[in-house]
Amino acid sequence: MSDLAIPAGPVRRRGVSSFLAQNRRISLGGTVILLMILAAAFAPLFAGNPNSMNPMIRLEAPSAVHWFGTDSLGRDVFARTVFGGRISLAIGLSVAILAVALGILIGLPAGYYRRFDALVMRVMDGLMSIPSILLAIALVALTNGGVPIVIIAILLPEMPREVRLVRAIVLSAREQPFVEAAVAGGARTRKVLLRHILPATFAPLTVQGTYVCASAILVEAALSFLGAGVPPSIPTWGNMIASSQLYLGLAPWNIFFPGVALAVLVLAVNLLGDGLRDRLDPRLARSL
Amino acid sequence: MAAYTLRRLGSTVVVMLLVGIFVFALLHIAPGDPAAIIAGDNATPAEIASIRQQLGLADPLSVQFVRWFWHLLHGNFGISIFSDTPVITLIGQRVPATLSLTVLTIAFAVIVAVAAGVFAAWRAGGVLDGSLMGFAALGFSTPVFVVGYFLIYFFSIRLRWLPVQGYVPLSHGLWPWLSHLILPTIALGLAYVALIARITRASMLEVLAEDYIRTARAKGASTEAILFRHALKNAGVPIVTVIGIGVALLVSGVVVTETVFNIPGIGRLAVDAITNRDYPIIQGVMVIFSGAYVIINLLVDLTYTLIDPRVRY
Repeated sequence: MSDLAIPAGPVRRRGVSSFLAQNRRISLGGTVILLMILAAAFAPLFAGNPNSMNPMIRLEAPSAVHWFGTDSLGRDVFARTVFGGRISLAIGLSVAILAVALGILIGLPAGYYRRFDALVMRVMDGLMSIPSILLAIALVALTNGGVPIVIIAILLPEMPREVRLVRAIVLSAREQPFVEAAVAGGARTRKVLLRHILPATFAPLTVQGTYVCASAILVEAALSFLGAGVPPSIPTWGNMIASSQLYLGLAPWNIFFPGVALAVLVLAVNLLGDGLRDRLDPRLARSL
Repeated sequence: MAAYTLRRLGSTVVVMLLVGIFVFALLHIAPGDPAAIIAGDNATPAEIASIRQQLGLADPLSVQFVRWFWHLLHGNFGISIFSDTPVITLIGQRVPATLSLTVLTIAFAVIVAVAAGVFAAWRAGGVLDGSLMGFAALGFSTPVFVVGYFLIYFFSIRLRWLPVQGYVPLSHGLWPWLSHLILPTIALGLAYVALIARITRASMLEVLAEDYIRTARAKGASTEAILFRHALKNAGVPIVTVIGIGVALLVSGVVVTETVFNIPGIGRLAVDAITNRDYPIIQGVMVIFSGAYVIINLLVDLTYTLIDPRVRY
């Protein structure tokens, strides 16, 4: 498993523009994500009010005034789509960051201490076999839902993959000569783990974190759609689609625009992940 | 092999026990009185007291868990609050619809994805490869319910080729049953197709570079024989692994698909239980779906030796 180490690769220091030209998937995915983050952050400045109802203009088709049309309560679909991106991005990013952090926190010691490892891996197997959507449904039925509950519900089944990844890297790294040298040189276990082994996890975790983000966005949308997500007063792409399903034949734009926004965002995140994988982890890039 | 099977069975039992502990613990970790949660929002104090009695909440947690798990093993999943029916009966009624949907989806996805992956690898770098993999990326990024509504809009509302929603049992005839399941199968299967097709392509590319493929070509074997008899067989292990892992994707997708297409299956049962806060039902569905996932992956692990005799334990 010595080939798990990350080859440095040719270093190109010729500025941002040449980097972007050489990494089209990273730049395309990154640009789309950046635009969506900007739109979500500055939504109040240009998108209008996502919650103002007007019964006079129910289910209107897209026009110059309402770019994406209006929904069954006369709310502007464009405003709701832009504001809906906030929840998707916030939950996608927080789940990714937390999953990576927990992956390091649990995976590092699990790869190093045999006893701890056996216990942790069985618990991870158990967590992985509970479908995330059902876990979220259970949590929402037991508590009263809300953003933190949704994050926990998505995080619990996603985290085992990070833990396994970190553990696998630790297992292979601890057999490497430089780790042996550090141990022989009298370095403390904590120092060996943090200084010598931890850096090897950064590149694979960045790639994996991107995929977790994409997956979290999809699960959040599904939960909102099922009514087990964030409270319905907050517009999300999932609950926009759920509340418009009866009007699919009459006003398809109510489902089309949030649906396309969702697919484009997830596609962009996956594209970024693929680009990063090719760039940071050439061993995987060959096969997939 | 026998030793491996036993070890694998043992770890499956351990994982199921952990799933049980987890599902049980959720109810007791959640804020509030478990009896009040089980009894629902409109319960009288007398009803709550009777549920407390029934659950034996006065006993230590370990005793409660063992009793609960013992009942579970005997098919006693508790009683639904809303309909006052045993949960196992409610789940049993929903099995045919869910089973129809999942079996059709797995069959559809495996056939389409393996074919697509093999052809993409055969013509790697070409137009067919590019478009198939682009399609896979899209399929992997579009949520089930978005695909589902797009399909309903075009094929049921615009073209009127297929029914909009609902489910008809197989006993009412093959076509009525199948016609209601075509769109749900495509919607649910798309992400699964994308996943399997990508792995198939990657695994095939590796095998096609081997010496024995060149030998087969040199001795004059036809392209089909090389692709399907020589290459696909040797590329099988990762493909079968991902089919098993992908079942998790499928299980979550089933819940959403049954809601979009109004199919009275097990997933739909859980979603309807949210509104009534019918926790025993949600608990039962969690155990059933997790169990299905664990057992399918056990079977997948045990089939490795059948596909690839080189795999020895």
